[in-house]
Amino acid sequence: MTTLILAEHQDNHLDEATAKAVTAARRIGGDVHLLIAGKDCRPAAEAAARIEGVAKVLLADDDGLANRLAEPVAALILSLAGGYDVLAAPATSTAKNIMPRVAALLDVMQISDVIAVGEDGQYQRPIYAGNIIQTVASDDPKQVLTIRASAFPAAGQGGSAPIETVALPDSPRLSSFVGNELSESARPELGGARIIVSGGRALGSAENFDNVLAPLADSLGAAIGASRAAVDAGYVSNDLQVGQTGKIVAPDLYIACGISGAIQHLAGMKDSKIIVAINKDPEAPIFQIADYGLVADLFEAIPELKSEIEAKESA
Amino acid sequence: MKILVAVKMVTDPNVKVRALTDGTGPDLASVKMAMNPFDEIAVEEAVRLKEAGLATEIVAVSIGPAKASDTLRTALAMGADRGILIRADQAVEPLAVAKLLRAVADEEAPDLVLTGKQAIDDDSNQTGQMLAALLGWGQATFASRVKLGDGTLEVTREVDGGLQTIGLSLPAVVTADLRLNEPRYASLPNIMKAKKKPIAEKSPADYGVSLEPRLRVIRVEEPPTRQAGIKVGSAAELVQRLHNEAGVL
Repeated sequence: MTTLILAEHQDNHLDEATAKAVTAARRIGGDVHLLIAGKDCRPAAEAAARIEGVAKVLLADDDGLANRLAEPVAALILSLAGGYDVLAAPATSTAKNIMPRVAALLDVMQISDVIAVGEDGQYQRPIYAGNIIQTVASDDPKQVLTIRASAFPAAGQGGSAPIETVALPDSPRLSSFVGNELSESARPELGGARIIVSGGRALGSAENFDNVLAPLADSLGAAIGASRAAVDAGYVSNDLQVGQTGKIVAPDLYIACGISGAIQHLAGMKDSKIIVAINKDPEAPIFQIADYGLVADLFEAIPELKSEIEAKESA
Repeated sequence: MKILVAVKMVTDPNVKVRALTDGTGPDLASVKMAMNPFDEIAVEEAVRLKEAGLATEIVAVSIGPAKASDTLRTALAMGADRGILIRADQAVEPLAVAKLLRAVADEEAPDLVLTGKQAIDDDSNQTGQMLAALLGWGQATFASRVKLGDGTLEVTREVDGGLQTIGLSLPAVVTADLRLNEPRYASLPNIMKAKKKPIAEKSPADYGVSLEPRLRVIRVEEPPTRQAGIKVGSAAELVQRLHNEAGVL
């Protein structure tokens, strides 16, 4: 049994989701190899080689893999698939784009968003916005998986796997990169943050996200998240959306401010260790899953919370 | 320019679906069904392209039980021209859906296939990508903006870090994300008109596609439910409890 993981990285930097996927793959058993596909991505390969439990790193560095478009990366994985029993990737937007393409070309049914690896090739995955957990086993000769990173701890450091270069096979160019508009933020990534402060529509404007919510997040060293309603209203960019079809997070502390608790939002955060809800509506469904609820006006409670936190820290 | 739009009948997104007590599947006995919200966005985009004079015909296709014809009627009322219902009474896995859609695309020769990025029942997020792969076409998933040119397409995609824009040549597959558009409500006259639009009924065998599942569902269950905790009286009490009790501050 050998697993190949398509690593999530930004060429010069390896994302933590990769080390979490390694943990899932080690639970499957057998050797774990990592594939770094990109352009000028040797730094990511070197970081991958240091993850504990990785037996080999494959490095595909090619102009045709810049920006990791689905068609060339799928063609690359396919060219390597013969040597592997399991092809996996953390369920990031990059891998969700690529892996089903690989599965279809192998005539394999993908198992999406694996949250637990069981015995005898069984996997658990959430369906119906996480309201139901399905346990499945595959009858296909190979398995293609995406792994929900928030469900697994990151594998440790200290490995020293060899790095082997592999070539991108010729394939028709079906799409081309035009441009990126990536959000720049000094705050932690949503996916890896220990604390998340999340805002809903009740914040009322983009300015209030910046002037009311952001100072609280910064006093905690937290990432900022948002409900779908807040993103739809244009208060924050799409990459901050937490929910069924946005980011799935499981921080130590999730502070939901002015979020009512729609099913699709809960699907993205209900595995957080501690949930705090601040809402002026005592009947808001978010209180049903919150460990600590504060019924209060956001515009009073958030600044108060911030000063209490700062007071505690300076004490 | 012809657009094929694939739509799925799913449970109403506002309903919290429960597992059957025997663990064999979701309890769908009295749950209201609706078009998958992402597919609604795909239909809306197709209709807008037609209204802008960029598309000439919209064919809506659905795979499901007889009742899925209601979902097709919704697509027709929104502005699709005709429907194809591939009858299947069991759950169909994304790989088999993609194979059926490939067969329909081979027959219909669309320039563009639009569908939702994910169905909110099984949350697989696979079908569009699989279809593009089987057709050997380019793909643009998680679309928040679609700009159609002459035989080309520019699509802005919602990705983890923000937005990415890619170019494709037609034919191609595009899957819709939430911010692509806001789907319209069909007007009463359009709902009436939709009743007269044709829906062709087919079977998977007509396309030579087997629905034999590849995944064995061992069991389904509900995750442990979180209990509601306590209400605190003030921000000060909250900070104190997060520090002393929960140990997260």
